[in-house]
Amino acid sequence: MREGISHRTFVSYIDKSREYYRAYGYEKPYAWARYEDVPFAQLSKPLSQCRIGVVTTADQGPREAPRSTKLYSAPNSSRNELFREKSWDREATHTDDSDTYLPLTRIEEHVAAGTIKELNSRFYGVPTDYSQRLTVEQDAPQIATWAREDNLDAVILVPL
Amino acid sequence: MSLVARHLEANNIPTVVIGSARDIVEECGVSRFLFVDFPLGNPCGKPWDIEMQYSIIGGALELLERAWLPRTTIQRPEIWAHGDADKVWRERFLRVDDNNREELAKAGEMRRQAQAKNREAAQE
Repeated sequence: MREGISHRTFVSYIDKSREYYRAYGYEKPYAWARYEDVPFAQLSKPLSQCRIGVVTTADQGPREAPRSTKLYSAPNSSRNELFREKSWDREATHTDDSDTYLPLTRIEEHVAAGTIKELNSRFYGVPTDYSQRLTVEQDAPQIATWAREDNLDAVILVPL
Repeated sequence: MSLVARHLEANNIPTVVIGSARDIVEECGVSRFLFVDFPLGNPCGKPWDIEMQYSIIGGALELLERAWLPRTTIQRPEIWAHGDADKVWRERFLRVDDNNREELAKAGEMRRQAQAKNREAAQE
């Protein structure tokens, strides 16, 4: 189907959140991260021989829990026990099906089908944080350390 | 999350981000981004739609292997709803208009007052 448009169709969350919080009375807009250069790593082996890990922004504790609880690793068996009090669209959808944001079951099916070799036995949680400094200096290095400990060949990251 | 992906890439661990906030991920800049044009909450497919979820994850895995340059975005073909119904969620999320402007300003003011009170209590 073809239609004429005067605005882009995909939602700009940077624009929308800026206007929303301005209406809320916060005049200084959030400064989102933007980089010119982007690092790039290639797979070192065929996909079918790869061991894959997953990172989520869903929490192990409620929203008001301290930040220190929000960077974690957890066994795949706890996939349905996470807190999801994030800024997702509560009017349009729900998060009752964990595979819509933490796709461990679907990845296991791809293992069974031979697309990849293995899914890691644990997944990692990372805080959604106003502070980009803490994400870069604390969280990202810890996730990289875990990924090396677990011999991961690649990582899927899913912001909720 | 994009910042974590960038760090992993810089440490020679390939990544793919599956997400629905296209502007946030692309402005930050990641190696591989699978864009699913859905309301926030279900980037890996519609609830209980196993076939769709399996296909989206397959797409993410394929992107891991096939991208040859950073900032590779693939937009998935799935759509949330057809025709005008697909415009509703896009317009409604974080909407600010004359109907709620006053209410938002009031809510913001109450929140700031509550925060100020908490700060005072913490100092006592």
